[in-house]
Amino acid sequence: MSGSEDSIVQFDNVGLRYGTDREVLSDISFTLYPGSFYFLTGASGAGKTSMLKLLYLAQRPTRGAIRMFGHDLITQPRHALPEFRRRIGTVFQDFRLIPHLSAFDNVALPLRVSGISESDIQKPVSDMLDWVGLDHRRDARPATLSGGEQQRVAIARAVIARPEILVADEPTGNVDPDMAVKLLRLFEALNRLGTTVVVATHDVQLLRKVPDSLIMRLDKGALSDPTGALRYPPRRGM
Amino acid sequence: MALDPLVRRTAPRFGSESARMLPQTRIAGPMPWVMAIMIALTVMAAGAGLALNNVATNARDEISGGITVQVVEGAPASRERQARAAVSLLRARDDVASVRRVPDEELADLLEPWLGEAANDADAVPTPALIDVRLSGPVTAPRLRELRAQLLAQVPAARLDAQAGWLAPVFEALRSLQYLAIGLVLLLAATSVAAVWLAARSALGTNRDTIEVIHHLGGTDGQIARIFQRSIGIDAALGGLAGLMLGIGAIFVLGQQFAALGSGLVAGGTLDWRDWLAIAAVPVAGIVLAVLTARFTVIAALRRML
Ligand SMILES: Nc1ncnc2c1ncn2[C@@H]1O[C@H](COP(=O)(O)OP(=O)(O)OP(=O)(O)O)[C@@H](O)[C@H]1O
Ligand SMILES: [Mg+2]
Repeated sequence: MSGSEDSIVQFDNVGLRYGTDREVLSDISFTLYPGSFYFLTGASGAGKTSMLKLLYLAQRPTRGAIRMFGHDLITQPRHALPEFRRRIGTVFQDFRLIPHLSAFDNVALPLRVSGISESDIQKPVSDMLDWVGLDHRRDARPATLSGGEQQRVAIARAVIARPEILVADEPTGNVDPDMAVKLLRLFEALNRLGTTVVVATHDVQLLRKVPDSLIMRLDKGALSDPTGALRYPPRRGM
Repeated sequence: MALDPLVRRTAPRFGSESARMLPQTRIAGPMPWVMAIMIALTVMAAGAGLALNNVATNARDEISGGITVQVVEGAPASRERQARAAVSLLRARDDVASVRRVPDEELADLLEPWLGEAANDADAVPTPALIDVRLSGPVTAPRLRELRAQLLAQVPAARLDAQAGWLAPVFEALRSLQYLAIGLVLLLAATSVAAVWLAARSALGTNRDTIEVIHHLGGTDGQIARIFQRSIGIDAALGGLAGLMLGIGAIFVLGQQFAALGSGLVAGGTLDWRDWLAIAAVPVAGIVLAVLTARFTVIAALRRML
């Protein structure tokens, strides 16, 4: 594959199977470039979540090669992976907020995991909560937040540490169309700051809302490239 | 620099890395209760075992050199003469630490409850003369044999008994009780290990999502394990402390009741500082066990994730 020096993620003939079942992903090859905005679409069960799991390092492929940040992931020892994960922000489909922590502490978690000193945590987290419009709910537990508010906390947590890649699985799945567009604007803003964004969704309406986005389509575990964007990737800065 | 009230309010209580990550985490669950009960039982069993050990050791020390010589002779005059001969013979030996003739009145007092007024009537019920002898060093069978031979040569009516010999069944019983206590402590320890392990696992099971989330956010195995070690350690310490107090309370109450018996043998069962140290080590071992269980359980759960 050419042009891999400045890629941020590269999949080469990746296959994934759970147990002894048939492959849920086969022969996946693509390159993601820094600063681009990708949608991953496909029918339910096509393998979107499985592919994102490979991206946020919750799963190893059963075959093929994955390079990320210029390193071969397959040969990385297990103890090297936390360092990679800290460079990736993840929005889980089910938010996965920690129930006994306030919105503030949930958002602060990635910074604390990275060992950032407490004095350097207060302002960025407050600013981030302000940015997603939840400054007044900073002390609320997730259970007392609405679905949309929880989603925004989850997104704030995913982006607080300025990840190089943002991976979001159906991030607009549980909100009304207006809120969905609002959340997309957050991703776009982050994308403009240089983060590579990958959003999985089965909502084709959403794709049109981000004009500069590139589309990857999964069909029964095979990747198609309707716009040719993966094969002929646009240069950074487009 | 004045502290921003916001900063102070959310500042970590313990200052440790894990406290900052999950400031309010209390695993709770059955942990403190399990710890309290197991520690209390173990402390009681350990206390009883140590007290029994002290009773046995003290009693053995006290009577190990003890011999009782009886002069069994119906005729008072002959009895008196033989008793005097025995006393002077025993006093002459240099391996005898002390010799005490138990006065006849004392003997009569001892026997009165059984014999009534007849005890004071030497003619009615002949009582033997009693001599308490203390040898230096323990009474061995050869020493006893040699002493008996020497004594019988001059005091034909003498009968010789080692006090430890009389008490042999008591020591046997004490030793059995000690084995019982050791067995109980071992069984309780094994049960505690299992209970603490299960409690730690169940506590972690309910926090599996939290473990997963921190893992996905790039937390290392060590970081995540430390969060739960600290949390379970605090719970175990609370439970262990409660159990220790409960156990020590029970030991005190029992000790007081035994002391009220006023028997010299039981008084020898007082626990000294080494025993208390051993008892205090019980909850410490429980806490260490709980923390190690938490660590191994978390690390094992994490190892199953990528
Ligand atoms: N942990 C697993 N074990 C076994 N099979 C799995 C597992 N996770 C997913 N699968 C299977 O892999 C296939 C792809 O699942 P995946 O969750 O990736 O689909 P998806 O595109 O995200 O679907 P949806 O849009 O419904 O979320 C499905 O057939 C699913 O049953
Ligand atoms: Mg999915």
